[in-house]
Amino acid sequence: MGLFSKKSKEVFVTPLLGNNPVTMQILGICSALAVTAKLEPALVMGISVTIIVALSNVVISLMRNTIPSRIRIIVQLVVVAALVTIVSQVLKAFAYDVSVQLSVYVGLIITNCILMGRLEAFAMGNSPWDSLLDGLGNGFGYAMILVIVAFIRELLGSGTLLGFTIIPQCAYEAGYLNNGLMLMPPMALIIIGCIIWVQRSKNPEL
Amino acid sequence: MGNIRKYIDKIKPTFSEGGKLSMFRSVFEGFETFLLVPNETSKPKGVHIHDAIDSKRIMIMVVIALMPALLFGMYNVGYQHYLAIGQAAVAGFWSKFWFGFLAVLPKILVTYIVGLGIEFTVAQWKGEEIHEGFLVTGIILPMIVPVDCPLWILAIATAFAVIFAKEIFGGTGMNIVNVALIARAFLFFAYPSKMSGDNVWIRTTDVCGLGEGQVIDGFSGATPLGQIATAPDATAQITDAAGQAISTWDAIAGFIPGSIGETSVIAIALGAILLLCTGIASWKTMLSVFVGGGLTAFLFNIGGIESAAANLPWYEHFIYGGFCFGAVFMATDPVTSARTECGKYIYGFLIGVMAILIRVLNPGYPEGMMLAILLMNVCAPLIDYCVVQSNISKRQKRAIKK
Repeated sequence: MGLFSKKSKEVFVTPLLGNNPVTMQILGICSALAVTAKLEPALVMGISVTIIVALSNVVISLMRNTIPSRIRIIVQLVVVAALVTIVSQVLKAFAYDVSVQLSVYVGLIITNCILMGRLEAFAMGNSPWDSLLDGLGNGFGYAMILVIVAFIRELLGSGTLLGFTIIPQCAYEAGYLNNGLMLMPPMALIIIGCIIWVQRSKNPEL
Repeated sequence: MGNIRKYIDKIKPTFSEGGKLSMFRSVFEGFETFLLVPNETSKPKGVHIHDAIDSKRIMIMVVIALMPALLFGMYNVGYQHYLAIGQAAVAGFWSKFWFGFLAVLPKILVTYIVGLGIEFTVAQWKGEEIHEGFLVTGIILPMIVPVDCPLWILAIATAFAVIFAKEIFGGTGMNIVNVALIARAFLFFAYPSKMSGDNVWIRTTDVCGLGEGQVIDGFSGATPLGQIATAPDATAQITDAAGQAISTWDAIAGFIPGSIGETSVIAIALGAILLLCTGIASWKTMLSVFVGGGLTAFLFNIGGIESAAANLPWYEHFIYGGFCFGAVFMATDPVTSARTECGKYIYGFLIGVMAILIRVLNPGYPEGMMLAILLMNVCAPLIDYCVVQSNISKRQKRAIKK
């Protein structure tokens, strides 16, 4: 089996569009609601989750034959917790502002259902290379939805993108107003609902 | 009538299956049944009962019942404006009404064009009949917003409410929450600066060149409930735009700032009489809203809380804000209210209780009627379930005893 065989490609691509963890499996919704009011924290959150899913998938996949099945959840949690702690410390050291914005949600990556779901469903039964691709695919799938939601919410809610003003001042003078509801979590849920709606009406077999 | 019937029969083949404009069949059908009672009867087989009054007739009746409040609302918009520019005594009745008419009409047009546009599109797209539900929503929505609410946010809110509160649940009759109130809640949370505060309830600029003038010194655009919520001590002095005290009679007649259609208790009462006489609205819901609200406000009166809202006499809670409008036109919505007869009492009572609780205990929301009705809309199916279940268990016990 080559590094980029058909199966490996499928493992990487499926979670991006078809079997997206957020829109198809409805996992990781809480963080998708909590951190998407602005684009920057959403990007950082997406990258952090991608790194953690990919690395923990690899680690668990390497150990999969030695983990006693009775205590596998504990082992998985220890691995994830270690990685989450590392990412959290790195963020605090190099991107303090963002880590303040994300507050507890970096620590709460450990409870993100996508992680445990991928470890249980994929890494426990597949080779490290496939597990890495699977982790990257799921992480990117999650990050993609987060970025789409955050893009819409920040643009309509604050008129900015990544902190830069997009809506010109003359629009505000002409009577345009930012939509305050976009900054509230319910709107993130409605936007995710719309994404799911579009996805399923484009692809009826889902 | 005969001429309309003849004309419709003449153009009918064009819209029927195979006709030139058959793709617009649902539009044609919508207009035909809107203008004339359909001539179709149910087939002799089966057990169908046709009521003399179908849902289009119900909707028209509600729209007629809303007319007094709407017309008075237009007059009041003009009255408040001329009061704000200090010409209330000079300007005549018709110039006030005409000012309000020109200020309110664009709102009605915008909600109808956006809402009906979406309804027609969806009906064509799905190949269904056009639902008549928007007829009432489209007239209620302009009546529950402040006069200075910009048209474009009204259009966005209408579109949002029709799509997300109605169409995705399956259209008219399937919505869980009141569509007009969802539009208002959307506006309230998305654009709070245009939906609350002291600067949106009275139009101070002119409309199409009408009513030009400088705003008088000491002008204040706060609504009575807004003044009560921000009152520093236990009794609020309620004043109008020019700083004069508002008497109870003024508030009942409706000469107070507020959303366009909600101010006059008398005009709303006229509508309520029509709705109750024709049996369209449930008197049980209506009465229990007032009982629940009055009782809660009375408990606050004797409860000894030192705030203006808690000390407002219980009957005055009815005449300020949207309490009456909500109780008569929104709480009784047959789609979103409780369906069981016993459930209607519980549903209405809890709306009244919640509305007063929000008014008194949450200074951030001077008016609680919108949130109270939305909350109870969501709870209505639960109330119905409990009523039905308790009925079942009661009958079971009776049967076992025998």
